[in-house]
Amino acid sequence: MKLLVCIKQVPDMESRFRPAADGLWFDESDLAWRMNEYDEYAVEQAVQLKEQLGKEPELTVLSIGPDRVVEALKKALAMGGDRAVHIQDNAAHLKDPWQIASMISRYAGDKGFDLIFTGMQSQDRGSAQVGVLVAEMLRIASATTLVDFNYADGLIQGKRELEGGVKGLVELQLPALVTCQLGLNTPRYPTLPNIMKAKRKPIETIAADELLSEGALAPATKFYAPERKAGGMVLEGDLSGMVEKLVGVLKEKTAVLR
Amino acid sequence: MKALLVCEYREGQLLETTYELMTFADQLGAEKAAILIGDEESVPQMDGTVYLAEAAGCGEYNPAVHKQVVLAAIEKEKPDYIILSHSSYGWDLAPRLAAALKIGQVTEIVGIVEDGFEAGCCNAKMRRAVTPSTSQAVLTVQAGAFAAATPQGAPAVERIDISADTQGVVFKGYEPAEKKEVDLARAEVIVSAGRGIGKKDNIPVIAELAKVMGGELGASRPVVDAGWVDHSRQVGTTGQTVAPKLYVACGVSGAIQHLAGMKKSDFVVAINKDKDAPIGEVADVLVVADVMQFVPALTEALQK
Repeated sequence: MKLLVCIKQVPDMESRFRPAADGLWFDESDLAWRMNEYDEYAVEQAVQLKEQLGKEPELTVLSIGPDRVVEALKKALAMGGDRAVHIQDNAAHLKDPWQIASMISRYAGDKGFDLIFTGMQSQDRGSAQVGVLVAEMLRIASATTLVDFNYADGLIQGKRELEGGVKGLVELQLPALVTCQLGLNTPRYPTLPNIMKAKRKPIETIAADELLSEGALAPATKFYAPERKAGGMVLEGDLSGMVEKLVGVLKEKTAVLR
Repeated sequence: MKALLVCEYREGQLLETTYELMTFADQLGAEKAAILIGDEESVPQMDGTVYLAEAAGCGEYNPAVHKQVVLAAIEKEKPDYIILSHSSYGWDLAPRLAAALKIGQVTEIVGIVEDGFEAGCCNAKMRRAVTPSTSQAVLTVQAGAFAAATPQGAPAVERIDISADTQGVVFKGYEPAEKKEVDLARAEVIVSAGRGIGKKDNIPVIAELAKVMGGELGASRPVVDAGWVDHSRQVGTTGQTVAPKLYVACGVSGAIQHLAGMKKSDFVVAINKDKDAPIGEVADVLVVADVMQFVPALTEALQK
């Protein structure tokens, strides 16, 4: 069985984001990078499946972006991936989900992956499109937002997280793609021996140009900070002063504190 | 300009978000039609045409079947925009439509801007303007970003009959929400704990503030996923939607799913050391402080 996990490297979401000079995406300076949180669940699920099947499957992890994304690939290898593919693209942030999905599907098209895992969305762009687009381009079944995954005999039984605590029960036959939601599992921390082992695992580099033949269908035209709620009050500074002020505001503006 | 609204229907009921799509289409100045895969009693109240396919024959949600049905309605209506909610239904179905038609897609729309659609990004901290370059486009609209329209009007109902292959994904039914330990929807005061409180051991500090304020403890998703608080206390689209008189968000960054679940609160206080956290967008008062220093001090002041 051949497994593929698509991962993205994103900035720490606690960061301060400022528009880059072109006004289309954020300025990358001073940002700390990590694996997209949803993708950690995707990697973990693939590794768990590999363990369940007695290490028979080959697990490939793939990421698109500049050279820094190799760090995220190394983490995925240390979590249990066998090999990595780096689609080298310094302009990945300017591509729309259609283009990203078309590159992945072009790569995967002739490799015969039985099961593809992605996060349900990236934390930075959050389009939630790429996974399903890849599946549609490859003409394989897909299910999104999985919070429960079970595999046996070519059949996936999953639970999709719907709104209000309700779950949808789905069955998929391989080949298939699933997108992973937070809470699906508990992503492992790579151990030191596994980090060392990962250093010897192969990372193949492919230039984005070799895979990209599609133009953008929905390009971004501007990146900016949202407007704040008009009249919202900001309290800063001395702790006791802020407490006193807040208690005053609560007594004045709300009926709940007597 | 024409818009085809894809109604959302679950467990025999039309979901209210359908009416949010109407408001969005009106703001675009689009002529509206809708497609419902449901039943005749659930047809939305609106003017124009509603294409109806019976869920009994299509399944409440079999992606390949729903894709075929909506594509059939698109073929008849030839809309400029195909509009869905950014929900577990919408984000699953929308890319299937976009791929089939090879058209642009914009997801999680929170507004309409001069040169396109405004979408949230960077965990709701930032915004992007996105402009489809294709003549038709698929759009998904963030829950709660547009107020629901008042149901009115009587549509012409046109039936669509489809027999489609399920193509490998079979919908097996629903698992109901867990029984609620607490009904946050009725609480007048909710004090919620977010990831910013740091660790499980700090939950009692937040719970104490809730108690002193005569309210209930709530939580954001990461806190629930980490097992610090029971799921029944989760506020947000996948937890409970709340509308208390006072909502106090302690160390909650304000991911868009959380905001959608609490933005109907009358008065919002956010305590967060990150001044740029998106919770600040909806806060009446943003206290920029370490939550574990501020909350005990506030609790003590209120006890006096």
